Amino acid sequence: MRAYLSDRMGAALLMAPLLLFLVLAYAWPFLGVVKWSFTLPTPGLGQYNALLTDDLVQSVFIRTLRIAAIVTVVSVAAAYAITVVWVRGTPAQRLVAEFCILVPFWISVLTRAFGWVALLSNRGLINTWLQAIGFISEPLALVRNEFGVIVGMTHFLIPFAVFPLASAMRSLDDRVLLAARGLGSSRMRTFWSVFVPMTRSGIIGSAMIVFVFSLGFFVTPAILGGGRSVMIAELIYLRIFQSPDWGLGAAISVVLVLFVGALMAILFRYVRPKQLI
Amino acid sequence: MPTYRPGPVSLVIAALVALFLLMPLLAVIPVSLTPSRMLAMPSGELSLRHYRALIEDPRWIDSILLSIRIGVVSSAFSTVLALCFSLGVWMFQPRFTAALVGFVLLPMVVPPVVSAITLYFLLTSMSGVSSFFGYDTWLGVAMAHSVMTVPFATVLILVSLSQLDRRIDLAARGLGATVWERATRIIMPNIKFGIVTAALLSFVLSWEEIGVTLFITSVNAITLPRLMWMGLRDNIDPAIAALSVILIIITVLVLALRSFVVRMRGAG
Repeated sequence: MRAYLSDRMGAALLMAPLLLFLVLAYAWPFLGVVKWSFTLPTPGLGQYNALLTDDLVQSVFIRTLRIAAIVTVVSVAAAYAITVVWVRGTPAQRLVAEFCILVPFWISVLTRAFGWVALLSNRGLINTWLQAIGFISEPLALVRNEFGVIVGMTHFLIPFAVFPLASAMRSLDDRVLLAARGLGSSRMRTFWSVFVPMTRSGIIGSAMIVFVFSLGFFVTPAILGGGRSVMIAELIYLRIFQSPDWGLGAAISVVLVLFVGALMAILFRYVRPKQLI
Repeated sequence: MPTYRPGPVSLVIAALVALFLLMPLLAVIPVSLTPSRMLAMPSGELSLRHYRALIEDPRWIDSILLSIRIGVVSSAFSTVLALCFSLGVWMFQPRFTAALVGFVLLPMVVPPVVSAITLYFLLTSMSGVSSFFGYDTWLGVAMAHSVMTVPFATVLILVSLSQLDRRIDLAARGLGATVWERATRIIMPNIKFGIVTAALLSFVLSWEEIGVTLFITSVNAITLPRLMWMGLRDNIDPAIAALSVILIIITVLVLALRSFVVRMRGAG
């Protein structure tokens, strides 16, 4: 009995500091933000009503969903292609693929967004080069628009899409593929009717991760969108710092959390968390 | 070993994706060598003036030192908290473990912009209490970064604990070791690689943190990413290209070193 009690005490003492820290520094202020959404500038549901009626907010929501959907499809497809080589290539191919996945993964989002500015801007690499060979006379508008945002976000999210796919591909039994080939199926057919369906859990997991991440994306759209292609996270920032309307910023945040929470709940009905690592 | 290798079509598509992934990292190299004061491709002449600016302009040095200080403090803080928490979970396996771990992981899954507005609320409220901890102070930033990095540190330490053999702890317990002795002399030496990794990852995450930092700093606590952000928003400063090249080289070197260490550990 004494040992039991001291065990419980020990656990409580060890776990308390972190739990206390997060309650005070995260849970409590989040409730404060929720309170803002109901009380600023006047108490009531006014801010949530504004979300449903304000044209600007609506268009930003729709743009965010559209960009997130495009980025998800492109990132998962691109990640799939490179993951196949990373998991199933020859040792040399695997090393190159791993380098190309991990180096961008570890480089900060700012550096990567800046790299795209250097490539895509009016005096950037691509426009300078295309003008030098006489292909175009006026620089193409590749950045400060939705195209730039989609390119930058896809680049940021491909490495995140790789990990669930890699985990699904690694757990796939090779003998199934050999059996398909042995029964006379072509390489293409084996890939599309056996390999892809058997990695479905990885595809769902990585699509969900990319989609959820792109909903709350801030830095890349702010830099590559140049203020013209505002997404939901940047709208929150603008509502807090530029046209001080804390209540609306808080209300958008609350809606975003609820939406992401619902998506995660759906995700975990299909995929167990362990499969995502 | 996989017997089923990717065919030529897969290899070509994967190579295009690889090129796409590396392109923006390579593009900063020529920009960093431009003699121009604005973002442009060098035409003919190359110059190292933007690298010199990084050393000579005190703003860059100050923000690098500040970022290191914040990174070290927040990484130490979040690693210690994560370690204690994970030891509690592993040694005592309390009820509601899943719910408690889920709560700790929240800052990792909640959209960063929502964490940012939450921490903005926290620090502006604390500004009224103390001028050391509040909005736009380095301790406030370190605290906010700890909130953001502690889930990652916890995951890494919990993963390395899950690979540990429970019987060595049971043996120590049977021989009469106290909780403190079990934790410090039996368990921690066996997961030191995980603890070091957690501390390093926390430092790197704090060093690059920008989403939350933008919300909680204005003029005093200018971390390196914050300074880069300012240079990117107004008219683009090529010194950012020089800095990016240096950061990319460091990343590549550290990754190469890491894969070397992992290979040596695997061999030994």
